[in-house]
Amino acid sequence: MGEIPQALVSGLLIGAVYALVAVGLTLVFGVMDIVNFAHGNFLMVGMYVSVFAFSQLGIDPLFSIPIAALAVSMLGIATYLALIKPVLKGPVLSQIIVTFGLLIFLQGAAQFLFKADSRGVPNPILDTFKLQLGTVAAGGPQLAAAVGAVLFTAAIWLFLTRTEIGGALSAVSQDPGAAQLMGINPDRLHMLAWAIAGASVGAAAGLLMSFFTVDPGAGGNFGLVAFVVVSLGGFGSLRGALVAGLCLGVVQDMVGLYAPPYAFAAVFALYLVVVLIRPQGLFGTR
Amino acid sequence: MERADRGLLVRRFLPVAVVGTLLLVYPFVVKDAFWQNLAILALIGAGAAAAWNLLGGFAGQVSFGHSIFFGIGAYTTGFLLVHHGTSPWLGMVAGAALAAVAGIVIGFPVFRLRSHYFSIATIALQQLAFVIALNSNALGSATGLQLPIKAEGLANLQFSVRDATDYHLVALGLFGFCSLAVWLFLRGRPGSYLRAIRDDEEVARAMGVPVRRYKLLAIALSAALTALMGGFFAMYALFVQPSAVISLNRAIEIVLIAVLGGAGTLWGPLVGAWVLVFLEQETRVSFAGGGSGLDFVIYGLLVMLIAVIEPSGLVGLARRVRARLARWSPPGRTAP
Repeated sequence: MGEIPQALVSGLLIGAVYALVAVGLTLVFGVMDIVNFAHGNFLMVGMYVSVFAFSQLGIDPLFSIPIAALAVSMLGIATYLALIKPVLKGPVLSQIIVTFGLLIFLQGAAQFLFKADSRGVPNPILDTFKLQLGTVAAGGPQLAAAVGAVLFTAAIWLFLTRTEIGGALSAVSQDPGAAQLMGINPDRLHMLAWAIAGASVGAAAGLLMSFFTVDPGAGGNFGLVAFVVVSLGGFGSLRGALVAGLCLGVVQDMVGLYAPPYAFAAVFALYLVVVLIRPQGLFGTR
Repeated sequence: MERADRGLLVRRFLPVAVVGTLLLVYPFVVKDAFWQNLAILALIGAGAAAAWNLLGGFAGQVSFGHSIFFGIGAYTTGFLLVHHGTSPWLGMVAGAALAAVAGIVIGFPVFRLRSHYFSIATIALQQLAFVIALNSNALGSATGLQLPIKAEGLANLQFSVRDATDYHLVALGLFGFCSLAVWLFLRGRPGSYLRAIRDDEEVARAMGVPVRRYKLLAIALSAALTALMGGFFAMYALFVQPSAVISLNRAIEIVLIAVLGGAGTLWGPLVGAWVLVFLEQETRVSFAGGGSGLDFVIYGLLVMLIAVIEPSGLVGLARRVRARLARWSPPGRTAP
């Protein structure tokens, strides 16, 4: 009987990380109607940064989170300038395939440079800690990842709703033309959205490296889950991403309890059911 | 007027005749196993991409789940052959019919979603189909189905392994069939309807285009043709493995071929398939063991470049170069 509460807790913990991974995706979509299909591979890049910060500089993943966040944030800005800006006024097909090309490129580059081996960080600091409540246990890395994910998501939400520049970002997402008339430069804000998206997914990567390994395909599953989280929560909705992330985490671990091979598939099934009833997702407006 | 018509006819059909002849002669001239295999894989990819192009390129519904249909074709052909000894030709027809039905069943709800949303839903469906195939005992789970060796001949769709000429001819025939079907379908009213849907669905609806019916028609035909190539792939490989036929990678390869060659162009799939399969096979040989990742680096770069520079792919790029050359015609000819 102890398994169900355990699955619930583990599901919530991983769900929080899913939410953080999805935050950047939903932010960029909300601001400019672009789906970054390479988003999962941004996570993979962040995980490699974290691994190399440990193997080359001896920095524990917990402390290299700012480095990973900064690196992926740079990648986000570069992606915007080199790939997204040129296709913003182009056909929808270009907008869909350009980041899809980036996905394939990043995965290929990782495989070419680092081979297919999976790499991890042995004995991260967080592993020394464990929380036990009755029959339910939560490992330090998982707990820290979930807490970190919620904190980061809250920080981004506060930034968007409580600061002037965040307000400008929301304005651009609602009506780019009107925002421009108000003296807001959409180009700079688009770049900012990509920078925040990169930083949040880089932070998620750093949090994950205390209990995950990375290989060139690591972005795949997380990326897929991120799309599902974003579509389920409603494109552009931060609150939706958080709720959907937690839901999917729980569903995955609960189904995994009874039918392990279908745990991951259940996530997609749930998404399809919801989206077919409510195409705009749980909290979406369009 | 008549002369202009004849000129158009020549301009349109001459390239088809030339390329068709070259592809027909190819296996009789090229006897190297690497190049024969490459051509067959390219034709299979081109056929599936032509089918994808109908839905993704012409109707603007970018599906990342076409390996579902490719897999249905492969599994149906394989399953019927293994368990009932059914002729692979019948198996391929059955697979195509089943895929068309699956396409309609999928399209009915999923076409409510637009652009990105549609694409993401197709990925989710592909993941479900993959997991189902992976865990189905009847379909051989993760190992898949190994097809029995039968007497060589066109009836059994099995030929000598030493010289792949016969496989090449069948692949060419199937690719030709797919392209012809797509061309015929797009030539008349459905073609202009689908383009109208791609350009602006709301406007198309307002103009009286039966949007939903034509999207469903497009996905049914696209799925059936994709399944046909999947069925042939099963016969060529004599193996139906989930990772080869119904995986996300297979779906991505189909999209890549069409996009690389030129989404929404009739020549795109053929051009894209040769480029992609060549890169794939070449990097596999140069970096023993395969999966060096270099092929992905190159595709990724190509796709990004195409998206940014020329959304109509290599075919669009060639057209642009030709137009520029025509404008630069030597001054001697135009001078009085």
